[in-house]
Amino acid sequence: MSTAATAHDDHHHHAPTGLKRWLFSTNHKDIGTLYLWFSFAMFMVGGLLAMVIRTELLEPGMQFVDPEFFNQLTTLHGLAMVFGAVMPGFVGLANWMIPLMIGAPDMALPRMNNWSFWILPFAFLILLSSMFMSAFGAGHPSAPNFGWTFYAPLSTEYGPASTDLFILSVHMMGISSIMGAINVIVTVFNLRAPGMTLMKMPLFVWTWLITAFLLIAVMPVLAGAVTMMLTDRHFGTSFFSAAGGGDPVLFQHVFWFFGHPEVYIMILPAFGIVSAIIPTFARKQLFGYASMVYATASIALLSFVVWAHHMFTVGMPLAGTLFFMYMTMLISVPTGVKVFNWVATMWRGSLTFELPMKWAIAFVILFTCGGLSGLMLAITPVDFQYHDTYFVVAHFHYVLVSGAVFTMFAAAYYWLPKWSGVMPNKLLGELHFWSSLISVNLLFFPMHFVGLAGMPRRYADYALQFADYNFWISIGGFWFGLSQLLFLAVCVLCALKKGEKAPAKPWEGAEGLEWEVPSPAPFHTFETPPVVK
Amino acid sequence: MATEKYYVPESSPWPLAASVGLFMTAVGGAHFIQQSTAPDKFQGSWGMPLFFFGLATLWLVIAIWWRDTIKESVGGLHSKQLGISYRQGMLWFIFSEVMFFGAFFGALFYTRWLIVPWLGGAGNNAMTHELLWPSFQAMWPLVKTPDGTVTQAMGAWGLPAINTAILLTSSVTLTIAHHALLQGKRGKLIGFQAVTVVLGAIFLCLQAWEYHHAYEEMGLTLHAGIYGSLFFMLTGFHGVHVTIGTIFLFVTLLRVIKGHFDAENNFAWEAGAWYWHFVDVVWLFLFVVVYWL
Repeated sequence: MSTAATAHDDHHHHAPTGLKRWLFSTNHKDIGTLYLWFSFAMFMVGGLLAMVIRTELLEPGMQFVDPEFFNQLTTLHGLAMVFGAVMPGFVGLANWMIPLMIGAPDMALPRMNNWSFWILPFAFLILLSSMFMSAFGAGHPSAPNFGWTFYAPLSTEYGPASTDLFILSVHMMGISSIMGAINVIVTVFNLRAPGMTLMKMPLFVWTWLITAFLLIAVMPVLAGAVTMMLTDRHFGTSFFSAAGGGDPVLFQHVFWFFGHPEVYIMILPAFGIVSAIIPTFARKQLFGYASMVYATASIALLSFVVWAHHMFTVGMPLAGTLFFMYMTMLISVPTGVKVFNWVATMWRGSLTFELPMKWAIAFVILFTCGGLSGLMLAITPVDFQYHDTYFVVAHFHYVLVSGAVFTMFAAAYYWLPKWSGVMPNKLLGELHFWSSLISVNLLFFPMHFVGLAGMPRRYADYALQFADYNFWISIGGFWFGLSQLLFLAVCVLCALKKGEKAPAKPWEGAEGLEWEVPSPAPFHTFETPPVVK
Repeated sequence: MATEKYYVPESSPWPLAASVGLFMTAVGGAHFIQQSTAPDKFQGSWGMPLFFFGLATLWLVIAIWWRDTIKESVGGLHSKQLGISYRQGMLWFIFSEVMFFGAFFGALFYTRWLIVPWLGGAGNNAMTHELLWPSFQAMWPLVKTPDGTVTQAMGAWGLPAINTAILLTSSVTLTIAHHALLQGKRGKLIGFQAVTVVLGAIFLCLQAWEYHHAYEEMGLTLHAGIYGSLFFMLTGFHGVHVTIGTIFLFVTLLRVIKGHFDAENNFAWEAGAWYWHFVDVVWLFLFVVVYWL
C-alpha cells in the first residue's frame, strides 16, 4: 500500500527518556499507552467494586456491607467502568492506531492530546477518593450513592456532600473527552496521507470519526446536566424541582440525551476493531465496506432520537412513547447490517482462529445476544415489566462487557505485536480467552432469568427464590474478575519484551498502513507521508 | 493535504501543569461552594483559597502555554497544515459550545411547553394538578410557582433591546475590522477592533445593571422558580462567554498592535472573531425565546 514506510528517524528530535517522557509527552504512541494502562487500572478498580457487590449478593440476606455502602459500590462501579475503563480504553486505541492507519506523523494537536489524558487521573482521584473521606466534614462519609445515572432528586436534594466533587469530576472528564474528540476529528480530516480518501480509510478510523462527533455533541449536554444539578443543590434554582415549576423528569431527559449517544460512543469503536480483525483472519475483504460506513453513521444519527426509551415508565404522553419505541427498533436495522456483514465476511473465508479472531467471533455472537435483549427492552409494554430489573443489567453487560470490553481484548491481542514488538503469550492468552468466555456467560446469562422473574437492580438483598441463580452469578463474577489477571500477565510480559519477536506484519492476512512500519513501531512514524494507491 | 514536513511540538510540561491547576480548581471549588452556601457557612474553609489558587494556576499555565505557541507561530515553525488543524479544532470547539447552550435551551422549551402546562393539568394530568397544587395556574413566564413564590418577568424592550443593538453593532464593527485585516489596513483594523472590545464591555456593564435591577427591584432571582433559574443560567452563561470573547478580542488586539497577524497568518484573530459571532447568535436566540416571546 505505501511506498515510503519510514523507519526510525532521529534528526527531528530525540525520544525523551525517564519520567519526563510520560509526563510531558507529545507523542501519540506514548499517550496512547498511558490511556490504555489507565483504562486497565480503572477496569481493575471497577472490577474490584463489582467483586464486593457480588460477594454481598452471593447469598440472600445482609452479610458484608450495609445497604448505604452497597449503593456507593454500584454507583462507582458504573462510573469507573463507563468513564474510566471503556471510554479511555478506546481513546487509547485511537491514539495509537489512527495516525498509523492513515499515515499521519502524530495526532493533529499533540499537546492538547496530552492534556486530554492528564485531566483523567485527577478527575478519578477526585471521584474515587470520595469513598474514603468524609466529604469535607459535612455529613457522614459517603461517596456518590445514586447510581451511575445520578437521577434527580436522589443526586440533588438527597445527594451526599461528595456529590459536588462528583459534579466537578464529571466536568473534568467532559473537558478531557471533548478535547480528545476534537483531536481525533481534526487528525482524520486533515492529516490523512495523500491518496487516503475517506472511503479508503480503515473502518476503525471511520467509526472513531463518528464516535468523536457524538462525543463533541453530547459531552457538553452532560456538562449542562451536572451544572443544573450544582445550581439546584446550592444556588436555589428549580430545574429538577416541581415546587418551583421544574421537573425531576427533566433531569432524565437531559441525562439520556447525553446517555444514549454515550452508549454508542462505547460501542462504535468496537465495531471498527471487529471490522479490522475479521477480514484479516478470514483472509477476505470486508464484506460491504460502504454499507458499514453508512450503517455506522445511521446508528449515530438515530442515537439522538431514542433517548427516552430509558424512561418509558416515567409517564410520558403515548405519542412520545411510541415515537421512541419505533425509533429504537429502527436502530436494529443498521446494526443488523453490520452483524450480517461480519458473518458474510467470514462466509467461505480461509478462517483461522488466532486469539484476536477468537475474541472477535465471541463479540459478534455475544453482542448480538445483547442486541436482541435490547430489542425486547425497546418494546414499551414489555419494558414496563423489565424496567429496572436484572434483565436490563444483563442486557447492557452483554453489550458492554462481552461487547466493548471483548473487542478491546481483541484489539490488544491484535496490535500488541505492533505496540511492543513481541507476540502476546499464546498459552496465557488462550487461558484468558476461554476462561473469560465461559465465566462471562455464567456471570451475565442467568441475570436474564432473575430479571424476568422480577429481581430489581441496585438492591443489596433479594428474595429467597433468586438465591441459586445469584450464587452462580457471583461465582461467574469472581471467575471473570480473576481471569483478567491473566490479561495483566500477558500485557506485562509484552511490556517487558518477553516473548517471541514479532515481525512487522505478524498476521498473514492483515492489511493496512500500520503493518508497514516495523514492530515495535518506532517513536516517530510517517514523518514523510506514505502514498496510498 | 500533502505535507512536506509536519511540525510535532517538543514535549511540554504545560498540559500536566494545567491539569494540576484544574484539579485544585475543582476540589477547591466544590468545597468553596459548599462552604459559602451552607446555612451556617462553616468556618475554617480552605476551599476558597484553593479554588482561586487553582484558577490562577490554570490561567497562568495556559497563558505560558499559548505564549510558547505564539512564539512558534511568529518564529515560522507552524506549517499551513497546522493552521488548518487549528481552524478545524476551533470550529468543533464552538460546536461543543452550541451543544452546551442547547442543554439549557432544551430545558427552557421542555419547561415552557410541557412541564408548566402539565402542572396546570393539561393533557392527562388533571389528577397531578388536583393532587399536587390545585391552585396553580399554568402561565409563561412563570411568575407564580406551584409553591407560591412570586416574581416578575423581564421585559424585552428596555435594556435587553439596547443590548441586542450593541451586540449586533459589535458584530458589524468586527466584520469591518476583519476586512481591514485581510486588506492589510492596520489603522482601520485597530480602530474597529478596539470599538468592538469597548462594545463588549458596555454590554457586560448593562447586563450587570440588569441583574442588579432584577435582584433588587423585581424579585427575579435564582430562587424565584424555574423562570428565574432559566433566565439567569441562560443569560449568565452567555455573559460568561461574552466576557471570554471580550478578553479574547482584547488579546488579539494587542497582538495586532505587535504585528503578529497578516492576511495569511491570522488563526487566533479569526478564532476570536468566530467566537464573537457565535456569542452574538446565541444572544439573538436568547433575546427571542427568553426575553421576547
